[in-house]
Amino acid sequence: MRPDGILRLAFGAVVAATLAFALLPSVVVVITAFGEKSLLMFPPDGLSTKWFVRAWTYEDFRSGIRNGLLVTAWASGIALVVGTLAAFALERFRFRGRDLLEALLLSPLVIPHFTFGVGFLILASAAGMSRTYSVVVLCHVILVLPFVMRSVYVSLKNVDPMLERAAASLGARPLQVFLRVDLPLLAPGLAGGWLFAAILSFNEFTATLFVTGQRTQTLPVAMYTYVREYADPTMAALSTMLIAATAFALAIANRFLGLDRILSIQAGH
Amino acid sequence: MEAHSLSIERVAKSFGGTKAVAEVSLKVAKGEFVTLLGPSGCGKTTLLNLIAGFLEPDAGEILIDGKSITRLAPHERNIGVVFQNYALFPHMTVAENVAFGLKMRKVPAREIGARVEEALETVRLGFAGQRRPRELSGGQQQRVALARALVIRPELILLDEPFSAIDKNLRAEMQVELKRIQRAVGITTIFVTHDQSEALSLSDRIAVMARGEVQQVSVPAELYRRPANHFVASFIGEVNRLDCEVAREGDELVLRAGDVSLRLPPTRAQATSDKGVLYVRPEALVARDPGDPEANLGTATVEAHVYQGTHVDIVAKAANGWLLRVRHPGYEALERWPAGATIGVQARLAEAYLFSE
Repeated sequence: MRPDGILRLAFGAVVAATLAFALLPSVVVVITAFGEKSLLMFPPDGLSTKWFVRAWTYEDFRSGIRNGLLVTAWASGIALVVGTLAAFALERFRFRGRDLLEALLLSPLVIPHFTFGVGFLILASAAGMSRTYSVVVLCHVILVLPFVMRSVYVSLKNVDPMLERAAASLGARPLQVFLRVDLPLLAPGLAGGWLFAAILSFNEFTATLFVTGQRTQTLPVAMYTYVREYADPTMAALSTMLIAATAFALAIANRFLGLDRILSIQAGH
Repeated sequence: MEAHSLSIERVAKSFGGTKAVAEVSLKVAKGEFVTLLGPSGCGKTTLLNLIAGFLEPDAGEILIDGKSITRLAPHERNIGVVFQNYALFPHMTVAENVAFGLKMRKVPAREIGARVEEALETVRLGFAGQRRPRELSGGQQQRVALARALVIRPELILLDEPFSAIDKNLRAEMQVELKRIQRAVGITTIFVTHDQSEALSLSDRIAVMARGEVQQVSVPAELYRRPANHFVASFIGEVNRLDCEVAREGDELVLRAGDVSLRLPPTRAQATSDKGVLYVRPEALVARDPGDPEANLGTATVEAHVYQGTHVDIVAKAANGWLLRVRHPGYEALERWPAGATIGVQARLAEAYLFSE
């Protein structure tokens, strides 16, 4: 076998091993979900779908999904608008305090979520807004903002400023330039940023634990509360349903938007 | 299309203390094709951006048909621009690109269709309307950019190095095409390039720029034969730069360098000091046999040959130290005067010009 053949084989093996390792926990969880006994065990000693029924009908999970979707919709929507405007300002304009603004907007990447959670908990109680939806949403907006900004920022870098000049020379007013040239070219970046923000917000746990109450708790918090009381395969069943739902959502996004475009894999225009 | 005139009056623009354009004035007549020519950083692109309105001048006025457009935003001017990288909108079809300016002008939809078709026909791309820009070749994209700029019936069209990204073989063809379209439309055109052969072949007049200033404005042939200063003489075409001492004797100037002494008619000189540089094109130097009475530059030793197909440039070192590039038609020079041979060199002084050092 030629040296590059061996190299290719080794490379393939490493990729396969990495993929297997990454997928292993999910596979174990999915299999465990179909167990018989009310204990999380692998391999399971029977076959049953009763834990799926329990997960689907458990009231805390149902309200957790409802709360989570509500918070995610608001948080990702607000983060999309704020993040887009911020990214646009940072990319296209030079102004005093630009570096400071960029550092502030990206700071959730370096500050632990735990810190944000505690901070919001203290602020909220000081403002008399403890455990309200608005505090949860506000907290999530700040946590997901850097991801929206990054995504839009990268797409903006790929939009040639000459296109804006060309549009202006053809008679487009500044707002028309933004709506007809910038926005359509940014759409994949916006969709990608929004998708990231939504997934992160829906799954966020650390900060959310501090700012939600019994009435406003999201799914991850409800799941945490559940595992503190029970150790049956309901959690595994719920996780399996979440994996299926997320995969379905991504398949839809891929079908209509193209994941490669969303993730800005394609270079250039 | 009705043609318009452009007048640039003492326009200046600095970037952080650096003068990109320093008090430039230029008049362009209706329907004229004027090229801004110069090396990179000479201010030609800045001047183009000032005309388009992408930049605001620090001083001076820009007028079209005598009316100032200096304070108008780009979208309020009626100027077509063809960009170096074409700047076609990648999310629109070719037809949508061309229609963009008409939509912005709120032209009725039925008229838009007809005018887009006509514009694409003019640049011979009638078949490509429904394609995306990236599906076209560089040359085709460039014609789309031209059609998009022309379809709005602008008062001027500005072209920023439009051929720089095009394959060299295709470039000559595209230049002919541009000239054909410009003549057919009769539009006043400002063309920016650093490529002198492009400028010489396309332009009605050329403005040579350096260090933010216009060095000379004239028709191409004049620029080559009667450069206004050192910069233009060196920048346009190939030239021998020969240092010499200058003395005035009656009506004539006498130039000396080592054993060479030349008499130059005063019309070929702008000499104010006693040191000067004589500029002679390679084709104004003639190789002769040594001792030929016509060889007014004396003898020189052949060092190398540069074979160019239609001619050979003989590189020779004169007895007084001048390094000469002598053009000889055909290729017989290779055999007649091999490296190491001695030649006599004649300069046709009626085609030379002298500037003070």
